[in-house]
Amino acid sequence: MAWTREDMAARAALELQDGFYVNLGIGIPTLVANYIPDGMSVTLQSENGMLGMGPFPFEGEADADLINAGKQTITELAQSSYFSSSDSFAMIRGGHINLSILGGMQVAENGDLANWMVPGKMVKGMGGAMDLVAGVRRVVVVMDHCEKTGAPKVLKRCNLPLTGAGVVDLLITDLGVFEIDRKVGGMRLTALATGVSLDEITAKTEADFIVAL
Amino acid sequence: MVQKVHADADAALAGLLFDGMTVMAGGFGLCGIPENLIAAMRLAGVRDLTVVSNNCGIDGFGLGILLESGQIKKMISSYVGENKLFEKLYLSGELELEFNPQGTLAERIRAGGAGIPAFFTKTGVGTLVSEGKEIRNFDGDDYVMERGLVADLSIIKAWKGDHEGNLIYRKTARNFNPMMATAGKACVVEVEHLVEPGQLDPDHIHTPGIYVDRIIAGARFEKRIERVTTRPRDTAPAKDAV
Repeated sequence: MAWTREDMAARAALELQDGFYVNLGIGIPTLVANYIPDGMSVTLQSENGMLGMGPFPFEGEADADLINAGKQTITELAQSSYFSSSDSFAMIRGGHINLSILGGMQVAENGDLANWMVPGKMVKGMGGAMDLVAGVRRVVVVMDHCEKTGAPKVLKRCNLPLTGAGVVDLLITDLGVFEIDRKVGGMRLTALATGVSLDEITAKTEADFIVAL
Repeated sequence: MVQKVHADADAALAGLLFDGMTVMAGGFGLCGIPENLIAAMRLAGVRDLTVVSNNCGIDGFGLGILLESGQIKKMISSYVGENKLFEKLYLSGELELEFNPQGTLAERIRAGGAGIPAFFTKTGVGTLVSEGKEIRNFDGDDYVMERGLVADLSIIKAWKGDHEGNLIYRKTARNFNPMMATAGKACVVEVEHLVEPGQLDPDHIHTPGIYVDRIIAGARFEKRIERVTTRPRDTAPAKDAV
């Protein structure tokens, strides 16, 4: 037993606060939008130039001029605004976005994140990920705890090229939740996924961590 | 009297193209790309291009058609994952590639257009992006120096424009277009609606005409969508977000 993608998204949604401006990455982070509590006002930023992302359009109403950073068609809300890419990244790099939730390939106990490049494979590019982790006030990574091969992804040091050094505040995997002190380094295990034992998560984690359940 | 309005994309690019030039092309994915001007560049056959654009189109559309014709020597982009031909050309060494973080790319272009030769940013510190670049500590944090970026030509897509070159973009089709309009030695724009002076509210102009050298009404806008994503009508009313 472990958490599903939906469970991980629901856990990540606990990091939302009323009034937050939030950037959600592609994949599981996108699902977090489904778990925004009723009555909580959260504004979603899309780094291609929009605040206040609305839901997907109804069939037949897609607008080629209105897409999200994953290039999917979306809609606007009453409070939406549009802006250029440089304004968008001024928001991101200037520390005006409260929370970034994104996927990862590897996270290390010092808060390093790798999520854009595997040497020897075709690299698609970092997009806005390096800007988000460098500039957003709080960075949450959501990813599987291990590779499909079983190899650990929560490491003492990342061995893939970094997206950012010392940038991750919270790591949510299918096995549990770790807080990371990105200034001085060090991980604390704060939650175990349903049906996951401390022995199991310890065996599947290369990084050192303090148990703070 | 200077006449910015040109008859078509070919006329608007006449005299501006040369082999080995650097071209900035607006757009994010296929959204807000100057599709008529890209098609005209393909017909013009100009080669060995360095193209600055966030992405490189898809197979058969957008900048992808300049890849097919072998006109692009180098791309400066943040993400190129939508294009199989790109991968093939890159892996075979026929295409050079420089990745920039998306915000760094946007800011390099903004800086270039504003006469700022370099700036410092936290983005990329401690990664491959900062290798070989100056690092400086400000107020306790490390920043990497990035250079402003200019081009010989920028090709831009806007929604509405007037004879003076004042531009208004629409929704997320704005993206990189406003900065790129400022950073090309020459700037050529295609618009969906070319209007008479006085028809655009001066308070609503996104790009003032000073940046625009030539403007055309695009002959044809396909405006392809990369990922049409919809929801069925019978779902419950949407919440505040996707």
